[in-house]
Parts: sequence; C-alpha cells; structure tokens
Amino acid sequence: MWRYVVRRLLQAVPVFFGTTLLIYAMVFALPGDPIQALAGDKPVPENVLRTLRDRYNLNDPLLVQYAKYMWGLAQGDLGENYTGQSVSEMLGGRWAVTARLALTAWLFELVIGIALGVWAGLRRGRLADTLVLGGTTLVIAVPVFVLGYIAQIVFGLHWQIFPTAGTEDGWPMSYLLPGIVLGSLGLSYVARLTRTSLAENLRADYVRTARAKGLSKARVIGRHTLRNSLIPVVTYLGVDFGNLMGGAIVTEGIFNLPGVGQQVFQSIQLKEGPVVVGAVTVLVLIFLLVNLVVDLLYGVLDPRIRYE
Amino acid sequence: MAAVVLAASLGLSACGGGGDAGASDGTFTAGHSEPDHLMPANTTSSYSFDVISELFDNLMTLDREGRAVPLAAESVASDDQKVWTIKVKPGQKFHNDEAVTAQSFADAWNHAAYGPNGMGANDYFSHIEGYGAMNPEDENAEPEADTLSGVEVVDENTLEVTLNHPFSQFPLLLTYPAYAPMPKAGLKDPKAFDERPIGNGPYMMDGEWERNKQIKLVAFPGYTGPRKPKNKGVTWKSYSSADTAYTDLRAGSLDVLQTIPSGKVPEAEKVFGDRFITGEMGTIDYLGFPLFDKRFAEPDLRRAISMVIDREGINKAVYNGAYFPADSLLPSIIPGHRDNACGELCTYDPAKAKELFDKAGGFEGTLELYFSNAQPTYAQWMRIVANSLRDNLGIQEIEFRQVPASDYFSMLRAREEKGPYRQNWEADYPSPQNYLENMWGSDNNRMGWKSEEFDELIAEANRTADQQKAIGLYNRAEDIAIEEMPMIPLWTWARQGGHSDNVGNVTVTPYATGLLAHEVTVK
Repeated sequence: MWRYVVRRLLQAVPVFFGTTLLIYAMVFALPGDPIQALAGDKPVPENVLRTLRDRYNLNDPLLVQYAKYMWGLAQGDLGENYTGQSVSEMLGGRWAVTARLALTAWLFELVIGIALGVWAGLRRGRLADTLVLGGTTLVIAVPVFVLGYIAQIVFGLHWQIFPTAGTEDGWPMSYLLPGIVLGSLGLSYVARLTRTSLAENLRADYVRTARAKGLSKARVIGRHTLRNSLIPVVTYLGVDFGNLMGGAIVTEGIFNLPGVGQQVFQSIQLKEGPVVVGAVTVLVLIFLLVNLVVDLLYGVLDPRIRYE
Repeated sequence: MAAVVLAASLGLSACGGGGDAGASDGTFTAGHSEPDHLMPANTTSSYSFDVISELFDNLMTLDREGRAVPLAAESVASDDQKVWTIKVKPGQKFHNDEAVTAQSFADAWNHAAYGPNGMGANDYFSHIEGYGAMNPEDENAEPEADTLSGVEVVDENTLEVTLNHPFSQFPLLLTYPAYAPMPKAGLKDPKAFDERPIGNGPYMMDGEWERNKQIKLVAFPGYTGPRKPKNKGVTWKSYSSADTAYTDLRAGSLDVLQTIPSGKVPEAEKVFGDRFITGEMGTIDYLGFPLFDKRFAEPDLRRAISMVIDREGINKAVYNGAYFPADSLLPSIIPGHRDNACGELCTYDPAKAKELFDKAGGFEGTLELYFSNAQPTYAQWMRIVANSLRDNLGIQEIEFRQVPASDYFSMLRAREEKGPYRQNWEADYPSPQNYLENMWGSDNNRMGWKSEEFDELIAEANRTADQQKAIGLYNRAEDIAIEEMPMIPLWTWARQGGHSDNVGNVTVTPYATGLLAHEVTVK
C-alpha cells in the first residue's frame, strides 16, 4: 500500500506545475490593466504606472513572469499583491478562517447528515423518512444566500443567539451559524446518500444471513450494513471538503469572514496573479490529498479493496 | 452585549475616564470597506481617508462650509499665488514623540512626488515646481532629482513652496490627505509606516493594521491641536458586504455606518429615525460624449440628449428620491455652485429636445451606451435613458455596453468607447477648479473637447487671489462647458448612513474629512 501512496503523491508534482501555469496563464489572459485599475478614476502619471508595472514584473511576457514567480516560490516566497502586501501573509490569516469554517461545516455534514440518513434509512417509507426527504429537498432547493441572510436575521439580529457577523467571538461561536449554513447543502446530500445506500443494503443477502445467524440488530446495522453503505458517502464527503475550502465565497461575504474564497474572488477582479495562483494551488493540493485519503478509506470500509 | 457596553460606559462616566478599561470603554466602532493603504501619499481611496484623516493633521483642513482653515499650520499665505509661505505651528508632536517641523512636511512631499517610489497620489504634487524633474515623461530616463526644487525649508517652522503656475486653490489642495507630514521613522521604513502609520493627528494606531478585520485607533495623549477627541478611540471594522455591515449596525454590534445599501434605505429610515444620517455628497454622475467620434460633434445633439433625461424621474425610480438632480456641473456642497446654472439644458423637455435633435441632423447608426458593472443602479437608469431616447428622439438602435469595473477606466483612457459613457467625479477638495479643470480642461478631459476660452478662464481664476473673484471666473468657464455640453451632469449622490444609540454628535462631512470621529460622543 505504501508504494501506492508514494505513487499517488508523485502524481501530485506534475499536477502542481500544470495547475500553477494554467492558472497563471488564465489570470494573465484577463483583460484590463491591474495597475491602472488600482487608481480607479484618479489621475496617475505614466511614470508611476511604469514603476509599479516593473516592480510586479507586469511588463514581462507570460512565461518570464511565471518563471520569476516559480523561482520565488522555490525560495519560499509567494510574491506580493499589487499593493505591496506579501501573499503568504495575506493568505495565512485567511486559511485559518477558511479552515475553521470548512471544518465546522464538514463536521456538521458528517455527524448530522449520517445520523439523519441512518434514521430515515431504517424507517423507509415511514414518517421519519418522509420528513428527512422533504426537509433535504427544501434545503437543496433554496439558494445558500437566501438561507444565509435568513439565518443571520433570525438567529443573529432578532434572537441574538449567534453573533451577526465577523470573527471576534472566535471558534466556535463565530463559525457555528455560517458553518451550518454552508454545510446545509452538503448535509442534505449526505443524508440522502446514506439513507438510500443503507436502505438498499438492508435487503442484501449478507444482511439476511447475519440476521439468521442471530447477530444483534446493532451489530448487523453498525458493523456490517452501515460500513458497507458508507462508501458513496465517504466519496462525497471527501470531494465536498475541497469544495467547502474554496467555494464559500457567498457565505464568507454574508457573515463577513475574511476567508480564502473572498480573497480569490477579489483578486481575480483585480487581476492579482500571484494571489490567485497561491490560493488555488494550495486548494488543488488539498483536493489531491483528500482524494488520496478517501481512496485509502475505501480499503478500510471494504476489505476486498486493496492497493498495490 | 448591549448591556455590557452600557454598563462599561456608565462606569466610565462615573470615574471621569481614567486608566485602562475594557475595549468598548469610551470607544466606538465604524464600518467601511477595507482600505488599500494607510500611507497618506499612497492612496486615493476614501476608505483609507476614513482612517488617515484621524491619524494625521494636515497643514490645512476644511470647515463645515468647505473652506480651507489652518490645522497644523499657523498661516498659509502668498502674494502672487505662486510662491507660498507656510508657517507650521510650533510644539506639535508625532505619535512617537518626534517634533512636527517644516522638514516633516518637506520630507513627506518629496517622498510622495518621487516617481520611482510609485506612490498612488503622486499626481497631486504636480503643481509644485520641480515635479517634472522627479517624474520624467521619457520612458527610459532616470529622474534628475529626488527632491522638489519648489519646496524649501526656510527654518524649523517655515516652508516656502514655489508652484509651477499661480494656483489660488493651493490652500484647499493642502487639505488633501496626501499632503500629510511624515516623521523620520516613516521615511526609514515606509513599508512598516504603511502598516502602522505614525501621524500627528488626534488618534494613533493601537497595534497593527489587522488586515480585512479592523484598524484600532486610540486618542493620542500628546495631541495639542484643535481636534481634541471627545471619545477614547475608534475602531474601523472592514466589511466585504455592505448588507452585512448594515445588519451589524441594526444588531448594535456596529456604531457608525456611513453607507447603507440603497435597497435597505426605506427600512433604515424607519428603524433609525433621527439616527439616520443623510446629506448631499461631493460625488456627481455625468454622461460624457466621445467628441472624437464626429457623430457627436454637433452641440445641439448633446443638448438634446441632456434634455430628454428625466433626472427627477430617474431619481425617484432608481434612488428612492434621495439623490439630487443636477442643475449645474458642480454639486451644491462646493463653494461656487449656482442653483439652476444649467437652466433648461438640464430640464426634462422632450419637445424642445426633439427640435434641437432635428436641427442637429439626427443621429445615424447604433447608439452604444457605456457603463461599468460596479453598481446595479447604472444599468437601471441607463435603461430609462435609452427608452427616453427611443421614444422622444426616435433613436431606434440602442445597445448597452456593460464593462467590468476593473476595465472601465482603462477603456475610457484608451478612448475605445463608441458612444456616451457614464463617468463620475468625487471631490478631492471642495473647489470648482477640482471638477472643471480635471474633467473639462483640454489637457485632462476624456471627451476630446477643446476650448481655449475655457482653459484661459480657469488659468485666470487660478491666478486670482480673491476667492470670490476666482469663483466668478470658474463660473464663467462652467457656463461655456454647459453651453457646449461635452459632458452632461446627471445627479449628485446622497449620503445614507446611520448610527447606534451608543454614540451621539455624529457628523459626516461630504469632503475627504468624512466622519468627524473626534467629535463623536460615546454614551
């Protein structure tokens, strides 16, 4: 199995170079002059613009810019954005916020999602099942920003259970409400996947055999059925963790959490290549890593799956 | 939460405000978007000004009527409007205890005006003699000088500033945040200075700039100027969404918000009552014509288009009636604004407009309307304008060109637009010159409009010492620009903000001075 892990990790190297170049090129291809855009409509003399373009290598062709960026990266320098702020400093604080938010949302999905799924799966066709199906359909149908604003106004403004916005109250208080909003969509999918998969497996031959052998109900469901049923759920949770890390722009905006999603969104608008590449590259690496972990988990859940 | 704040502030008023207390003790919070820089010369962003105007005392500041009055200066005077003698008030200190002298201003201005430093407000020093030598036009030339030859430190508290041309508005220019002084420590490490500026103003930084979160300011105990704070400090919180800032204001976790999203204004007026902040701003919207396209060369066509724009109707439909339909090229907060200077040319009159339109020979081809995606309201009012052009002037082919905000000004600078475009101007300092010369002057304007008479009147006004006479001359120049109408004035923006009942005496000026933080009282 270790050879498999090493091979997978080695595969990350070309992916790393590919994505950085690709993203750098895409940001490069965006129209507009980022330095000019910084000044808005106020006059900036040509020689100052030139100085700034030189400082950030914007006069160089794409490949030279990219090479300079990679050379900096090799020395551990992620570069600067166009107001002279170091990218590693900018992103450092933001990763902490994003990681807290994503983890909160992900744990919410994992614990509540699987619990609801099991509850509905064991009571297929009964009231519990209908409730879970109906509730999750509703959540999937409502856009996240509607959910976010409603939650903020009801729980933050009117009932004052949670802070309305910001990170002042730290983890977990500041992250609970946004985490639940962010995780609600994933939770719906996790609950439905668990429910269907479990309901399906409960009718399988091996479950009947286990029951016939006189195993306790808890053991039949917990040890045999649920474990088998979790393979699609784990796949989904793995992929979704990556999504939560990078795709929380709307939630971060509503709850004023200075996370990575917002930064990438802003930086794309400002054409800040080094920031976008820095953030997205880390995201890609997280995706690769999480997927590796997911693949390894298959083997734990289903011993028939082995990696060479 | 509210109870805690109240208890803490009660405790404060009881003991008369001594010693270190909790964070909410005698301080208040204000919300805005994240600033780009805190080094005064490196920014033209009003979010930066929010903070900078509290950290620094410029030589001059603005009174409530928008007139320049001395702040860190004792006097600013000139006989010929070209050579200015500035006396700095002695005994002032920076937050690090360094003395504020004439040299502190000279150092800051030299640093700002030196091209290779790449300062964002570099252009604001172009009035001063020697600027050219520091900012060569030729691409490969090295600057010949690294100090402004026009700025001479006569003695510890006296500066003599020589300008390129006589410029009577110089005292107003001195109110612009970029003209703030800098201590030696700032020059030594400009990067650290940007993170944690050391100013000479009523407030100083309390810790580092917490990017995208907040900037904490506390009252500076060594402050000797006239802006002594009536509170213990202010924390500027950064918001990425205006809606969220408003929700925080409603929840009481934010004390002052200068901009409430327009969709929430009707609700806010009800909820906040007398704590709703309103007023006219110094930002005015225009519709410019690319005169280099000869289809727009006929003044009557431009006048006709101005007269089919229903400013009042658009104000009601798009801005809840809160904006101020333009009746002049200048907002009413600018000294020199005349009511109804634009007259019938800014009055909705479709019949008269059609007459002028026909006289001009109509319009051939597709009319393209340009605006950016910075605000959704731009598209809304452009649609109303287009309908009016179609219905009243019979221009059938109209297309909208919505351009990403980051590209918009680059496009206009490259003169790539093929039709009327939206444009606005926000006052740097309240002078007609700031609007007229920047937006209509032959060297600066974007329309490709040229009027020698206009330029000469502006130059003459710039030479005139008497402000009233100067304003008269600016107004004459304004009349020419109205008559020729290369750019149509539309409406002036309205400030719509609010504050919590935790604070009182909240004043937001329409100038770069913004919120007068030092005057805010905390309950």
